[in-house]
Amino acid sequence: MRTQRRTPVPAGAAAGAPRRRGTSPARRRQHRAAYLLVAPFMLVFAAMLVVPLGYAAYLSLFREQLIGGTSFVGLDNYVRALTDSAFLEGVGRVALFLVVQVPIMLGAALLFALLLDSGLLYLERFVRLAIFLPYAVPSVVATLMWGYLYGPDFGPFAQIAEALSLPTPRFLSSDWMLGSIMNVLTWEFVGYNMIIMFAALRAVPADLYEAARVDGAGEARIAWSVKIPAIRGALLLTAIFSVIGSFQLFNEPQLLSILAPSVIDSAYTPNLYAYNLAFTNQNINYSAAVAFLLALVIAVVSYVVQLSSQRRERNS
Amino acid sequence: MTTTTPTAAERRPLEPKGRRSLTRRKSPLLTILAILTLPYFLLPLYWLVVASTKTNRQLFSTFGLWFDDINLWSNLTAVFSAQGGIFWTWIGNTVLYAGVSAVGAAFLATAAGYAFAKYDFPGGTLMFSIVLGAIMVPTTALAIPTYLLFAGVDLTDTRWAVVLPSLVSPFGVYLMRVYAADAVPTELIEAARVDGAGELRIFFTVALRLVAPGFVTVLLFALVATWNNYFLPLIMLSSPDLYPLTVGLAQWQSAAAAGSGGQVLFSSVITGSLVSIVPLIVAFLYLQKYWQSGLATGGVKG
Repeated sequence: MRTQRRTPVPAGAAAGAPRRRGTSPARRRQHRAAYLLVAPFMLVFAAMLVVPLGYAAYLSLFREQLIGGTSFVGLDNYVRALTDSAFLEGVGRVALFLVVQVPIMLGAALLFALLLDSGLLYLERFVRLAIFLPYAVPSVVATLMWGYLYGPDFGPFAQIAEALSLPTPRFLSSDWMLGSIMNVLTWEFVGYNMIIMFAALRAVPADLYEAARVDGAGEARIAWSVKIPAIRGALLLTAIFSVIGSFQLFNEPQLLSILAPSVIDSAYTPNLYAYNLAFTNQNINYSAAVAFLLALVIAVVSYVVQLSSQRRERNS
Repeated sequence: MTTTTPTAAERRPLEPKGRRSLTRRKSPLLTILAILTLPYFLLPLYWLVVASTKTNRQLFSTFGLWFDDINLWSNLTAVFSAQGGIFWTWIGNTVLYAGVSAVGAAFLATAAGYAFAKYDFPGGTLMFSIVLGAIMVPTTALAIPTYLLFAGVDLTDTRWAVVLPSLVSPFGVYLMRVYAADAVPTELIEAARVDGAGELRIFFTVALRLVAPGFVTVLLFALVATWNNYFLPLIMLSSPDLYPLTVGLAQWQSAAAAGSGGQVLFSSVITGSLVSIVPLIVAFLYLQKYWQSGLATGGVKG
């Protein structure tokens, strides 16, 4: 079945592509056309992705010193990052974010997707749209809105607490901040993930579970043992995108730091750290090493997520 | 929309009609439970609408979740006339960046995705694997070195600095490859070849029409990604005249929070935020069919 594919990406032979025979003139013409079609993208891809990445790797191997200018230092910047408590704390923070927020977000998205797919809801279309709507809001605006809602001055939560003479909720304090950011991200992306899962559910052939239904299996049972396994590919896709998104956290903490500068420091997330290193401290080389290391962490964690889902598939 | 081979997502309609909804019982209880969660998703937007009708003083003195005297019009005037009408410039910039990037990205991704799907050429598999690997590369690992490279050729603080990096959409290529494999029958290409059509002509006259829905999906993805982009323009641009809405609003927010002589007021940030999301929300509601079929392609085959 198509949806049970192991990797999220069907690498390998192109589906429906003609078999290779010798290189006749016609085939050569086809090769030339293929290169022409691929070339514009690959050129921009090389210039905007491959070259910067290579340049970052190159920069990360140097250090700028007050005396003697820039010198080659090998992997020193990486060694420094791995012992830099500011960087490691940031990585720990986003890892905690990942472990707590991603399951909540994806769990909620899956629940909504299954509910909508079950056909049990009235107003199905309205519910779906309402949940998806936040995805249309730029993260800058989403963070500004939640920042105001959280705020102690004219935030409605603070106003309600005051009216009931309860203590003001301190959403922007250091204890609550990570949770407050998790909430913003959850609000932004439950709908997006729900739509991916819902679309995958729609493509599950109905005969897979009609039989179970005839046998008297309940909706919950069908969801658990037929539908969820059938959309494993979509679940994996959302999980990997969420991992990448969590580690790259930048916009939300950066904007909330305007409201709570003493809570969100320059190294609150690794990405914020790389940004501040480059643009506030002018330490380009170290910033490149941090950014590169972050990319590596993301690649490893994404790979682990993919691998563990494959193992589960094999065992089931 | 032109006729296409139905994709997996279209074969079973997104709206459950007919047999399913006729035979299945609806559940009022589950409906009520689902509706009860909706205030969470709609509350911030509702608050934004309410808050944009208030003066800066009313924001502090009245209850946030209900209306007071309506001052939306004066807020709008303030937004659009602030700093010599710079908000118009930001809107124009956002439309320009998002429009050019989205059309460009969709064209590049469509041509490449089609070629990867329909031609078996030396190096094709390798190139596609590299592009797939790039989906995982965090944009921020790229943004800083790209800034430095652009600084070397005097491209920072220009419109190009925002548009050029936004033209690359590896996920778009992946999506188009999956889509084109289904939507363009190989027999049709063969038939056109027999008729003597050149390969590029087949792409432009036959294939492009068949992959149009996929193209629109990639276009929408790229449009939203650029419209919402904050990190890249924040790094690349220093002239307020070149800012898109996201960076401009964030700048206003900083100024309002700093309370620097009442230059910018919270009421302007709030009303400006509302103005900036209205076009996207309208576009989303209007074009949701494309969203869903596109996400279906990515998710189902994924």
